[in-house]
Amino acid sequence: MWSWPFAWQIAPELLRAVQTTIAATLAGFALALVGGLLLAFARRAKPRGVSLAAAGVIEFVRSTPLLVQLYVLFYGLPSAGISLPPFAAGVLGLGIHYSAYLAEVYRSGIESVPRGQWEAATALNFSRRQTWTRIILPQAIRPIIPVLGNYLIVMFKETPVLSAITLVEMLMTAKMIGSASFRYLEAFTLAGMLFFLLSYASSLLIRRLESKLTQR
Amino acid sequence: MSLFDLFPSLAKGAALTVEVTVLSALVAFAASFLAGFGRLSRRKSVRALTAVYVEVFRGTSLLVQLFWLYYALPLLGVELPPLAAGVIALGLNHGAYGSEVVRSAVLAVPRGQTEAAIALNMTPWQRMRRVILPQAFVMMIPSFGNLLIELLKGTSLISLITLADLTFQGMVLRTFDASRTFEIFALVLVVYFALAYPLTLGMRGLERRLTAGRV
Repeated sequence: MWSWPFAWQIAPELLRAVQTTIAATLAGFALALVGGLLLAFARRAKPRGVSLAAAGVIEFVRSTPLLVQLYVLFYGLPSAGISLPPFAAGVLGLGIHYSAYLAEVYRSGIESVPRGQWEAATALNFSRRQTWTRIILPQAIRPIIPVLGNYLIVMFKETPVLSAITLVEMLMTAKMIGSASFRYLEAFTLAGMLFFLLSYASSLLIRRLESKLTQR
Repeated sequence: MSLFDLFPSLAKGAALTVEVTVLSALVAFAASFLAGFGRLSRRKSVRALTAVYVEVFRGTSLLVQLFWLYYALPLLGVELPPLAAGVIALGLNHGAYGSEVVRSAVLAVPRGQTEAAIALNMTPWQRMRRVILPQAFVMMIPSFGNLLIELLKGTSLISLITLADLTFQGMVLRTFDASRTFEIFALVLVVYFALAYPLTLGMRGLERRLTAGRV
């Protein structure tokens, strides 16, 4: 049965492990932000080969489980001579997986910029680079910020999967506490509550951000 | 050794993956509609109860829920076999996401449709079954299709509670010859894709068929 003293006793250890969870989430998200944008560009590229290849990568990565992708990176790559520590493999896996999702988000943002903006940029003699950085991207990214924020939360909730490649994050810590004491109930319940508190709080923040963005 | 000697055990694993996907999709589908309508209920208690279910399952992560059902629940006296724990966790988790799909689709049906049905003297049940749901269901399909793919991918996590699914078989094959790890998991990915892609295409086809003739 539930024991409060034990729950209080293990709470600090779980809270320490949250740091790894958050670090992996943020690093993976940063990677996905860049990777997603690159994939979105490749998807729009003129050469048909490039855009088809990007579409294929996006479809494949989105249709296969993150867990197996992590196994490829962590257990598979060493046979090709590349050994990654668990944290690096986990961040890389998360980053690649969500790049495919974010590429579609960027695409919807870019497509929502009115055609007239492109024409105006051409009329004003903007270079391709200027058109993208000054005109298109600022308008494309603003409306998708809440969506990106939601993906940040989704990735945060996905990090327990990283425990399968031996990364000691929150769930792995809970599991180790559980197997050492046979008190899985407190360990997993606390881990669940921490996930809930953090993700619910951030989703409320994003909702506020969203209403602020739409106000203007 | 060639790629082909990997197939028999991967096929066995894929069969379990498909079985778990189908079972949990049924649970998720039922949960989606129950909770989706629950959140639209007139009674406050029903709305509150379903809101708690949806927020708890969406706010914590799938693997945590799976481990909780499998490792923590027995300590409260409920011991579930791994298959049941897997199907319940996957079903309830995706059902929580699905309920939002149901809710928003029902709300998206224009209000005039309800009013017209009332004017035609339809009972509430007829209104829902003949007027609202057929229109709402079409709107649900793309999101349900995406959820089904997420569910299929999510089944890979049951390998972590000792179920011998496709991912688990990949891990077992790896223990025989670790030098082939890369090709084993690459093949596992290809099998997952081969399972998921027909679903994607099928959902697109279904959407096209149901929206045919509608504006």
